[in-house]
Amino acid sequence: MTNTLHRYSDHYAVEPAAEPRPVRDDYIVFAMASQGINDDDLVEKYRAFLRLALRHNPINIGDATKGGWLRPRNDLNPTTHWARAHDADPQAVISGIDGPTTVAAVFDNYEAMKAFVEDVKAAQLGISINISAPMDDAERCCKDVGIVRHSVEYSLGFQGHVEKLPDSTTLELSTMCGHGMIAADFAKKMIDWVKENRRTPEEAAGYMARFCSCGVFNTTRARRILNRARGVKG
Amino acid sequence: MRIDPNKCVACANCVPVCPMGAIHIDSGLGRATVDEDACVECFTCYRGMSKEHLNPRMVRAVRKVARFLRFRFDPEPDICPTDAITPQELAWPRIVRRAFSDPRVPHESTGIHGRGTAEVKTNDVTGRVRAGEAGFVIEFGRPGVGARFRDIQRVTTALADLGVEFEQNNPVTSLMRDVPRGLIREDILDEKVLSAIVEIKTQVENVPAVLGAVAKVRREVDTVISLGVSTRCDPEGKDPLRALLAREGYPAYRGKTNLGLGAATAAAEVRDGG
Repeated sequence: MTNTLHRYSDHYAVEPAAEPRPVRDDYIVFAMASQGINDDDLVEKYRAFLRLALRHNPINIGDATKGGWLRPRNDLNPTTHWARAHDADPQAVISGIDGPTTVAAVFDNYEAMKAFVEDVKAAQLGISINISAPMDDAERCCKDVGIVRHSVEYSLGFQGHVEKLPDSTTLELSTMCGHGMIAADFAKKMIDWVKENRRTPEEAAGYMARFCSCGVFNTTRARRILNRARGVKG
Repeated sequence: MRIDPNKCVACANCVPVCPMGAIHIDSGLGRATVDEDACVECFTCYRGMSKEHLNPRMVRAVRKVARFLRFRFDPEPDICPTDAITPQELAWPRIVRRAFSDPRVPHESTGIHGRGTAEVKTNDVTGRVRAGEAGFVIEFGRPGVGARFRDIQRVTTALADLGVEFEQNNPVTSLMRDVPRGLIREDILDEKVLSAIVEIKTQVENVPAVLGAVAKVRREVDTVISLGVSTRCDPEGKDPLRALLAREGYPAYRGKTNLGLGAATAAAEVRDGG
């Protein structure tokens, strides 16, 4: 499962820019227990992890088996079109954890991520904790918090018939659900709708987030990308 | 996946949400239709879209009037207004599509949700990748292209020629009929999946050879390949891969860092002492 590994940025362009723009608003911390090793009382460990995350203003939290804090609903009615609730529901994520899964918290700034990692270290939950982010930032966080990195995994980007991939703006959005649940065509549609002023970047980011099946979609970064696409610095 | 023609109102909301572009509005039928060969049974349309339960006849009548008047209206883009998307019961070998495409389906071979193992995400307690070793995750089809096992086999056989070790608890490995040669079961070779991950382990010094083997065949497969490589850090937290990857000309900007905060609480044996 590599659901947060290959998030596209300039660094992974087929023809990389001379000075790729750094990504400074996309930090994921996730927790994973291992069957038969440290999965005793795992539901409470996962809930504790996410409760700690809520102290640091994450922009999404998620349970890989049930989704993030914005989820699709099966009980909508015609009034939805005029008064749809776009509010996040973090408590539903936490209370919904009921067994083996992976849980994640997404932050849009380094300081929040670092403060959360400090809390997680102090909590001694005993399950595996990973940062998925630019590697330099993750390494800096470890040094700041006094953690020695155990293992690393690098994304080396895309190869093969890369001409089948969509444009870079679409890829930046669609790869924020690493499981591929946000279709490139839907991301393109959201870009177009924002450019046409049919939806706000906030609304478009929310629509995409609901398709992400494990809650690692970054709505802050999505808003920035959508604003950039319509020529607004965000 | 099917779209119930008795319920569908051809609103086309489901057309762009399909990661494989497998849904279109059939102009003859006036209904959304799924191209079964292109569909990978990822359930994105079924599970990702919210649902209303409107009367299809009423919705069609409203749409007909709006269309006659050339009205452009802005429905919510992620809703199926009549709950028309209907999963089918899947049989072998088609069931393989869902196993590799729907992240909510746990693989029997791994017990975890997703398309591979826990890689180095739990390396602090499993010791799967030890000092001096490199673990590769070679993913086919992502993002948004899809892959057939025949193409995946083209790469697994090339890797097998290098003598690499395929991860035993990996879903692709579990579907191989000859692991040492990297050969996949014949009856699934034409099945298409959203993505499949091949996992191998080798020594760090062999990383350039593996990268070279993938690079050699990458244009022979009708899809895209995403590569990830991992290793165990030394006692000071340094890793030997970064410099090696830079020398090989690969970007290593983003990735995952296992913080080593996991601990064995059960009577399990930890292979490399955490």
